[in-house]
Amino acid sequence: MASYRLFRRFANWVEGEEVYPIPEIEKNGSSVREHPITEDMARVRSSDEGVGTLLRRWMDSPQGVAAFRRVYTVTAALLCAAIVTLLLVTVSYLPRFGAPDNPANNEVPRRYIEQGLSETGAINVVAGMILDYRAFDTLGESNVLFAATVAVLILLRDDGEGKKKKRAIPELKQEPERERPDPILRASAAVVGPFALLYGVYVILNGHLSAGGGFSGGAILGAALMLLSAAFGQEKLERVFTARRCKALTFLALMCYALLKSWSFYTGANHLPSGIPLGTPGSILSGGLILPLNICVGLVVGCTMYSFYACFRSGGMRDGT
Amino acid sequence: MNIITIFLLTFLIVCAVAACLARNLLVTVIIFMGYSLVMAVVWLFLQSPDLAITEATVGAGVSSILFFLTLRRIRTIDTLADADAEREEEVS
Amino acid sequence: MGPNLLANYYETAAMLIFGIGFTALFLSRNMIKKVIGFNLMDTGMFLFLAAKGYVEGRSAPILTDGVRSATAYINPVPAGLVLTGIVVSVSVTAFLLALTVRLYLKYRTLNLDEMLQRSRRNEAES
Repeated sequence: MASYRLFRRFANWVEGEEVYPIPEIEKNGSSVREHPITEDMARVRSSDEGVGTLLRRWMDSPQGVAAFRRVYTVTAALLCAAIVTLLLVTVSYLPRFGAPDNPANNEVPRRYIEQGLSETGAINVVAGMILDYRAFDTLGESNVLFAATVAVLILLRDDGEGKKKKRAIPELKQEPERERPDPILRASAAVVGPFALLYGVYVILNGHLSAGGGFSGGAILGAALMLLSAAFGQEKLERVFTARRCKALTFLALMCYALLKSWSFYTGANHLPSGIPLGTPGSILSGGLILPLNICVGLVVGCTMYSFYACFRSGGMRDGT
Repeated sequence: MNIITIFLLTFLIVCAVAACLARNLLVTVIIFMGYSLVMAVVWLFLQSPDLAITEATVGAGVSSILFFLTLRRIRTIDTLADADAEREEEVS
Repeated sequence: MGPNLLANYYETAAMLIFGIGFTALFLSRNMIKKVIGFNLMDTGMFLFLAAKGYVEGRSAPILTDGVRSATAYINPVPAGLVLTGIVVSVSVTAFLLALTVRLYLKYRTLNLDEMLQRSRRNEAES
């Protein structure tokens, strides 16, 4: 009972009193008839005749829409069923799961595991792989994150030229009920938040020694920042994390990554001597470039996650000029 | 074949179907959150602790929060539009 | 049918999840559900990749003292691919959700069909 009440409260927070109605269009076509656009369209189009326009007119009529809907549903269901069957048949011909002589376990992973420690200095072979052997690929991935941040910032910006947008978005800022954070949330965030931040830093710094690394640690950092922002209000975090600073930090981290890696490319890559000591395996300052690259990736991912959150919450992210 | 693994994989499939069939969007997102959490356990069974950490934070944490915030933002847009319409009616 | 459908239970489950996500992407008209379907496809694919790299009875590729032979660890290549994939999938999700919010601002609906009809009505009006 208590859990149901909790769920209702959460539901109210998300969507107001009533259950969100999923609009049903194919049920009886009533929502189609509500908007008399189809007749309008028919009238507009009736001036020029032809097989194409006739077909189009029929497609725009309620019967046409319903028929199209039915054909689309059946075709799509058949297509999905066919694809799933095809995939399952393929799976049934694949080599047995977990067998050591699978074709995937060829000389590439063997080389990574047997030579990885001496060539990259990383105990965690996965970190050594993605940040040394395939560091260029990881740079691309980090750039994808940066591009996604910028795209979301552009899409959810609080500007707008159209009259409609101008009316709709700026009022989101002065949302009437600035609800006070829950005391339970605030108390538990005060306990959990610092540890979550610390854990994120730990996972980033230990990426070459144990499971984790820039991607996981950055996500943990971002999640911890989200928690703190939700508990103590976005104003407090916005003193530090404005959109401009987030973008600048991401850019700096990417730049740092590119410069560090281009040094190793400049000295010949391919594990030729580059003047960067690999250190003793197992100590925190080892693994050559992997630790700084992990920090860069962690910063990029953390900033990305937090700025997603900041863009999506009502009010958007302040530019901080 | 491990009983626990089979159970977890069945749970994943059931969750996926339920998330697609649920009428309430909030329920869909919550089911998806549970799905991601179980997925993190499955990564552990597949001996990939890196993936387990990432999936637990990203799948169950960050993306669910993004979905919740989207739903809430859509609600806010609706409320504001209704308030706007009422105000315009009063003015005219 | 080949002999390994049930032996490859991880791959089978991954493909079923992929199919469910694909079906949701095609058949549901709600934008949020389409994004969820997209995410399901993502995780199905990741599960498949990680299952391909697993070897029975071996441990995670974190080198423990002294053991350096390749027969003691699972394949690290799929883990590296999936690790970056998970993080990129969340950024794609955020991008899709931002697009959904934008579309909702314009058309006041999450239903793709209604969106199309309203946009066509706007076209016809202008």
